[in-house]
Amino acid sequence: MNRPTLIILKTAVWIACLWPIGLLVYGAFTPNGLGPDPTARIEFSTGYTTLMLLTIGLGITPVRRLSPHLNWMIKFRRLVGLFAFFYGTVHMLAYVALYAGFSVQTMLDDIAKRKFITMGVATWLLLVPLALTSTNWAIRKLGGKRWNLLHKLVYIAVICGVIHYWWQVKPGVILPLPFTIAVAILLLARPIQTALLKRKAKAAASGRQVVQRPG
Amino acid sequence: MLIRKPSDIKSSEITSRDHYVDRRSFMRGALSGAAMLGAAAVGADRVADLISPRTSALAGTKLETVKSPLSTTGETLTTYQDITTYNNFYEFGVDKGAPSKNAGGLPTRPWTLKVEGLVNKPQTFDIDTLLKMHPLEDRVYRHRCVEAWSMVIPWVGYSLSELLKQCDPQSKAKYVEFHSYFDKKVEKWYYEDAGINWPYTEGLRMDEAMHPLTLLTMGLYGEVLPNQDGAPVRIVVPWKYGFKSAKSIVTIKVTDKQPNTTWNLQGANEYGFYSNVNPTVDHPRWSQKTERRIGAAFYDQRKQTLMFNGYGDQVASLYNGMDLKKNF
Ligand code: HEM
Repeated sequence: MNRPTLIILKTAVWIACLWPIGLLVYGAFTPNGLGPDPTARIEFSTGYTTLMLLTIGLGITPVRRLSPHLNWMIKFRRLVGLFAFFYGTVHMLAYVALYAGFSVQTMLDDIAKRKFITMGVATWLLLVPLALTSTNWAIRKLGGKRWNLLHKLVYIAVICGVIHYWWQVKPGVILPLPFTIAVAILLLARPIQTALLKRKAKAAASGRQVVQRPG
Repeated sequence: MLIRKPSDIKSSEITSRDHYVDRRSFMRGALSGAAMLGAAAVGADRVADLISPRTSALAGTKLETVKSPLSTTGETLTTYQDITTYNNFYEFGVDKGAPSKNAGGLPTRPWTLKVEGLVNKPQTFDIDTLLKMHPLEDRVYRHRCVEAWSMVIPWVGYSLSELLKQCDPQSKAKYVEFHSYFDKKVEKWYYEDAGINWPYTEGLRMDEAMHPLTLLTMGLYGEVLPNQDGAPVRIVVPWKYGFKSAKSIVTIKVTDKQPNTTWNLQGANEYGFYSNVNPTVDHPRWSQKTERRIGAAFYDQRKQTLMFNGYGDQVASLYNGMDLKKNF
């Protein structure tokens, strides 16, 4: 991929990632801009975006494996992941301010009694070490193997995120279903693709050496 | 899809009230090419209405009302716009904005309400009879949803007891059951809740149903109810969570058994039969200590929730000696 194309793509991804928070900030400064229930709008929009970005991040590897032309996608994985953490953190802070009213007692109560909150907090906590170790420095410091292992946490985080969503909606409401299906497909895609690649490699082994790309 | 009869509503009535001009459907209409063509001739908001026949079907009709001493005072009314675009009416979609877009097809005329079961005079009332049977009162009530949001709504109607008395409940009668309208062809969105048993069913104890605060509701802001708010006739029980107030009812059944109610069947540990607003009884999903007032700014929404939604003086005695934590 040439430089101008990359710059255009990068700009587009940044705009897309900033769009949801942009809408919220714009809405906050316009009369009635956040609709009838601003608190819910902020909380739902940020939670939804977090899960969306995590799911997209999860999709990058399986999708890029489909064709060598898609290799550039990997350049965006860190950005998408960090934006997911950003939205997750705004979501968490919005809860602290607008739901709990900064009351520590309320938060402890919620974490103890409301399992969807417990699961939300667990999800966010799982994302913290990933965000902290997202720098090149951290990757070097940890070494590729350990870094890769640590970042497998994102699989658990996204599953926890989906469970948090299921536990947040009323029984019978199936809004989280599309995410559940997407995440399931993306998680299953990895081992299946790996197995297929291995088989191909074996078949080709007689001829030339096939080197499997990492990641 | 519902095409409004011209006789139902005068266009002058729509345009004269700015409340009605729904910006979103205006935009939707204005954005579509067909609307652009027609807009010059009929006015863009009128076209938006035709393209997306929504909300205010029939709702233009003014009702003749009288004041009521049972009206709540000292609260700022939630705007008509918010009351009619932020609805839980799952037959028309799970999203809060969905009912205002989808409920246009609800056939609110002709409409009958049947009262049956343990009554000496079972009857079927036409909606036009109901509107004239008793003076319609303006009743401002706080409305508290179990999801921890609230509104202040100027309903129009009269006490349900007026209707029940006409049917002469028998002494064995202990409960009243309400059935909402349900037709898969009209309420195509019901599948969004795969698990729910339709039609929507709610219920009250006889003394709750006979309490003067329990309102047989046919209007909002002095006008005929918009479809998404439960047209043409619904129940409003202001001291209970909103889902107890069944919308668009077609049957009232008087019984001696506690009715199986829709949300109670969905999750008995979450939605009790009584479901009185009670800040001291927690819900597994939402703390009930506080609520968000709809329409307020995001930093100003949170309010303390009041016991019995602030109607304790009038209704607490109904529950004397009852453990409200057990009978939540
Ligand atoms: C400290 C951590 C968290 C807390 C306290 C929290 C709390 C909440 C609350 C209070 C709601 C709205 C409930 C309501 O108003 O009825 C919500 C919704 C939601 N949260 Fe979280 N959450 C947390 C972390 C997360 C994370 C990390 C994700 C993403 C993986 C997430 C995804 C969602 C989603 C998808 C929704 C529903 C949005 C919708 O309905 O459109 N949450 N969360």
